[in-house]
Amino acid sequence: MFDFIVLIPLFPLFGAFLNGIYGVFRNKWANKPSHTIGVAAIGLAFGLVLLLVYKMLSVPIVLLALVPALGAFLNFIFGYKWSDKLVSIIGVGSVGISFVLSALALWKLIHLDPEARFIEVVFYKWMVSGNLSLDVAFLLDPLSAVMILVVTGVGFLIHAYSMGYMHNDPSYPRFFSYLNLFVFFMLILVMSNNFPLMFVGWEGVGLCSYLLIGFWFEDDYNAYAGNKAFIVNRIGDFGFILAIFLIFVTFGTLNYKDVFETASRALPYNGFTVTAITLLLFLGATGKSAQIPLYVWLPDAMAGPTPVSALIHAATMVTAGVYMVARCNALYTLAPVSLAVVATIGALTAIFAASMGFAQKDIKRILAYSTISQLGYMFLGVGVAAFSAGIFHLVTHAFFKALLFLSAGSVIHAMGGEQDVMKMGGLKGHIKKTFIVSLVGTLAIAGAPGFSGFFSKDEILWQAYSSPYGSKFLWAIGVITAGMTAFYMFRWLFLIFFGEERMDHETKHHIHESPNSMLIPLYVLAFLSIFGGYMGVPESLGVKNYFHHFLEPVTQYAYKVEWPHYSHALEYTLMIVSVAVAFAGFALAYICYIKDPSIPVKFGEKYRTLYKWVYNKYFVDEFYGILFVKGLLKTCFGMRAFDEKAIDGAVNGTGKSLYWSSILTGKLQTGYIYHYVWGIVLGLLILLF
Amino acid sequence: MISQMNFFLITGLLIFGIGATGLLIRRNLIICFMSIELMLNGVNLVFVTFSHYLNSAVGMLYVLFIMALAAAEVAIGLAIILLIYRLKGTVDMDSLNTMKG
Repeated sequence: MFDFIVLIPLFPLFGAFLNGIYGVFRNKWANKPSHTIGVAAIGLAFGLVLLLVYKMLSVPIVLLALVPALGAFLNFIFGYKWSDKLVSIIGVGSVGISFVLSALALWKLIHLDPEARFIEVVFYKWMVSGNLSLDVAFLLDPLSAVMILVVTGVGFLIHAYSMGYMHNDPSYPRFFSYLNLFVFFMLILVMSNNFPLMFVGWEGVGLCSYLLIGFWFEDDYNAYAGNKAFIVNRIGDFGFILAIFLIFVTFGTLNYKDVFETASRALPYNGFTVTAITLLLFLGATGKSAQIPLYVWLPDAMAGPTPVSALIHAATMVTAGVYMVARCNALYTLAPVSLAVVATIGALTAIFAASMGFAQKDIKRILAYSTISQLGYMFLGVGVAAFSAGIFHLVTHAFFKALLFLSAGSVIHAMGGEQDVMKMGGLKGHIKKTFIVSLVGTLAIAGAPGFSGFFSKDEILWQAYSSPYGSKFLWAIGVITAGMTAFYMFRWLFLIFFGEERMDHETKHHIHESPNSMLIPLYVLAFLSIFGGYMGVPESLGVKNYFHHFLEPVTQYAYKVEWPHYSHALEYTLMIVSVAVAFAGFALAYICYIKDPSIPVKFGEKYRTLYKWVYNKYFVDEFYGILFVKGLLKTCFGMRAFDEKAIDGAVNGTGKSLYWSSILTGKLQTGYIYHYVWGIVLGLLILLF
Repeated sequence: MISQMNFFLITGLLIFGIGATGLLIRRNLIICFMSIELMLNGVNLVFVTFSHYLNSAVGMLYVLFIMALAAAEVAIGLAIILLIYRLKGTVDMDSLNTMKG
């Protein structure tokens, strides 16, 4: 009944594959009869794949898949003159189909009993070795259902947006190919039922992130940024893979279900092993989810195209760490030390990254620091064992941060590629629609009451205060960060859309609203950013928290501790406090950037050193550069010398010595028979006597 | 009886030694070839001697084998020497050192 969930990751893979082939051969096929044949062949392959799928499945689901596929097929054959359209249809369509199937999966899942909401579908046997047996199997439970909906849903919207944004790019098929491949790996990551398969997805999204950051690799800086992201992630992945080994050594299995079921019996509470496993896993999460100390790659990752920043570096991939911690809740709740580490790192990252967002000037970098900060919130949530709150914030953040990034893309589009907010301003009148959706996104992230960010952020803050793992200190950091978030996000909004127009005349003349293909995804995301929060309204407001109840079965193996009870009055008070702090942030931004724009300048001049530190991101990059990169490079060059001299020397020396000794012994072979006979006779004589 | 046997053995050794010395010191291929035949016959003589005094036919059998082999060897060897002569115009071993290392 649930077999079809196998298809959810497969469709993006097909899309990536087809677009990749098409991208490679596009120039060869242009205006040639072979083009038609090649395109028809690809279409046929697509059709065959769908036929195979048809045999696996019951009829109604396949109809859903076959109708768009038929359209794609027809387009393939008749539409080669407007070839980019084919790419869009495959690229966007395959993700769209996945989204429909995900929605169907969720629909069916809801109609099961809460206890039965754990479905494993084995695709095929992956490997058997000793007592290790792994399947490529997909898991559908409330947590992965939420994740696949976010990935395919937000992914679909961003794909649709990319049609407009990447229009006329020479590498259009390549872009969609990578993007589809990313969706595929992300789905593998969230749907796998064992750790190694999750690791496959984990590495796959890292690869796609690298490819897409360096998408415009003609520019050296972009390629460098891609390298940085990839290398920094390696450090985290090292921790992750060690954790997988440790899990296997401890449990003898790598399936989620077996590991989590036995965890509380096999391991002592607060034991060394479980703490080591969870801390190593968290090291992986800090890399992928850009937490202290490995957050440095995310701001540079903004070198990629804006839809990439929205999809990979805001909505989905960077939240993989949060998903992983929530998935391993049975292990984390056994290790209170690790939970404390997660919560503390999350809170520190939240406040630290927010402060770095104050002085940035790049429209996307501000959002990047905001993403790091919001990810910190999520880790704060899961770190106080409020897993559903963390995932809830993950979902709402995916909505409003994708919205903000895509609006930023729309602004960049309007400004003809300008990314410096200091050269914008007053755009409100020129691009009204973009302004409205940006305002919605800003209000949502700032936690304005009624918007989605308010509910999720408030849930995390309340849990940080009330959870047995939480404390007033963590709550205080969270609230301060909420104020800072409001400040820098409204600073972003005001600098772009309000105040005097600081762009030059030429640019101003060309400002234009984005096409509908870009605006419609923005409207949908704006709608979700407003109303997405109502699925998880806190219970104290007198409504059922659907989201929390839906996710409850996921934490069934978690170690249970007594949660203290607080009155609703306290919760209201804290809610009011956080809203008040957020409003203070907004008011400060209003004063600084609308009422009297000279204040920030004066402030910057008065506290020159502080401003310089914040503007240069506390020199963390430089610090890492001196502390790690330089030393590492030196070691590497030393290693290279060692390799060239010692190892290559030994290898070449073996060859050389053999060469010379062969020349020496070769001299013994004179070619005169009587020399050999002498040898034989002498040998005989020696033997005899 | 032993002394009689020693006489045959020593004769065989002498024939072998003459052959070996000839092989070592002569340069003409034909002479060397004949020396090899001498060495084989010296060994044959020793085989026959032991065969006779030990009342065993095994030695005789070996001798027959060696004689058959020697005949084959002569047939091939002389042909080779003839071809070498045609090719090089000489059968001097000093000019035949092309197979050196």
